Amino acid sequence: MVSRFRDALNSGKFVITSEVAPPKGTNIDKMLHHIELLKDKVDAINVTDHQSSVMRFPSLGGCLAIKEQGGEPILQMTCRDRNRLALQAELLLAHTRGINNVLCLTGDAVPVGDHKEAKGVFDLDSVQLLSAIRSMESGQDMGGNSLDGSVEFCAGAIVTPEAQPIEPQLIKFEKKVEAGAEFFQTQAIYDLENFSQFMHCARQFPVKILAGIVLLSSARMAKYMNENVPGIFVPQDLIDELAGVAKEEMLAKGIEIAGRMIATLKRDAICDGVHIMAIAKEEVVPDILAAAGL
Amino acid sequence: MKSITRQKSLEEIAEQLANLDHVFIVGCGTCTTMTKTGGIDQVVEMKDRLLEIDKRVSGWTVIPIACDEMTEAAMKENSRAIENANCVLVMTCALGVHRISTYIDRPVVPALDTLFIAVEETPGYFREVCAQCGQCILGETAGICPITNCHKGLVNGPCGGTNNGKCEVDKEKDCAWTLIYEGLKAQGRLDLMRKYYPPRNHHVVLRPRTIKIE
Repeated sequence: MVSRFRDALNSGKFVITSEVAPPKGTNIDKMLHHIELLKDKVDAINVTDHQSSVMRFPSLGGCLAIKEQGGEPILQMTCRDRNRLALQAELLLAHTRGINNVLCLTGDAVPVGDHKEAKGVFDLDSVQLLSAIRSMESGQDMGGNSLDGSVEFCAGAIVTPEAQPIEPQLIKFEKKVEAGAEFFQTQAIYDLENFSQFMHCARQFPVKILAGIVLLSSARMAKYMNENVPGIFVPQDLIDELAGVAKEEMLAKGIEIAGRMIATLKRDAICDGVHIMAIAKEEVVPDILAAAGL
Repeated sequence: MKSITRQKSLEEIAEQLANLDHVFIVGCGTCTTMTKTGGIDQVVEMKDRLLEIDKRVSGWTVIPIACDEMTEAAMKENSRAIENANCVLVMTCALGVHRISTYIDRPVVPALDTLFIAVEETPGYFREVCAQCGQCILGETAGICPITNCHKGLVNGPCGGTNNGKCEVDKEKDCAWTLIYEGLKAQGRLDLMRKYYPPRNHHVVLRPRTIKIE
């Protein structure tokens, strides 16, 4: 297996990933456009897996589209919708189609999404999924049976550096490392001082950390995230900075803020790269990179 | 331990009673009395509501403990009124519904939905504490069950939805793993949180679950 993403992580360069969200429906034009826009500008592209428990075109389908366009996909895999048979089967398929990177997530709860009465599966959790991948790589499925053809993945996970209390998150982070995570993409971070403290702990482990950068498109969005999104904390000075410009200039200001943060993270070598999430505004990711001087 | 129930809507009850116009009503003196879903007051109220929708009520009773074997005697005592009905409307939990079904040949119609098994922590506040999973890890989780108390039933620590000690599905619900963390920390046993738990066996006892005690 040749994972271009793993090579990038191991090259010592400042790694850039971003993500696309599959559509609700079969019109994949917009997603294909975003893939086209990003594939040569970032080291890998994540495809979300029924993000926020909202039923959509599958992550695996988005990853296949990225492969077809010559990009490097990261398959996001949550444990919410599939039991251990289905998860393993999808990993087998992914491997045969050259999808070499997996991000293992527990997944949002079903009731926060748009199929509120559906059964949440959670047969495995993110730690167990990582462990299952490493077991499959040694040629065995989770039932202890031999695989006729094994898999190999650059496997990663997420961590929330702004969670309160932080210690349970750090313990789980360590469990994910022990279970085989090679890289972490973090939940959105805005307070670089706080993040540097997290990195001080994370640096003790042989893993690559990509800081999560969520584009702030308005002061309202920042306030909304503070109130409603677990593990996200936008400091007041950033909200004030956004609120200080005219409404039609807020997006440009958000791009500037994201670019500035990325440039600082790179300049001060705080982490190994960034994962840019420009939720519903994927087309401005190249502008964020330009603002970061990348 | 209490079986927690909620009364079905009168519309749903009426739908189940279509073509069954003569009704005998059974309540329970234990759980559904405590939860005010099938005690004497609710049984009498149900009788009145059935009369309003043109049903006839041949009689009613509230059995002390509907799920135990004494129910057979209670059914015998009321056999005449039950024979005069063409169905029995049961205001007990599903355990009582099953018990009653074994002793009578009339159709048995539940008036309640059985929600969960709970303990009464403070007067009137019932909390589910056990999901009967068959693999108890309470000894390693500061007495807090992550299968029951974590919305996702996670055994390897909190998910990313934990928010200042609350759960992503409801800001009123505590994050089980924050409670476990605090409990283990207070006990000086935080190392237990670092233990890896393998995927759980969902078939400790094969469903349908039965056991024979010798």
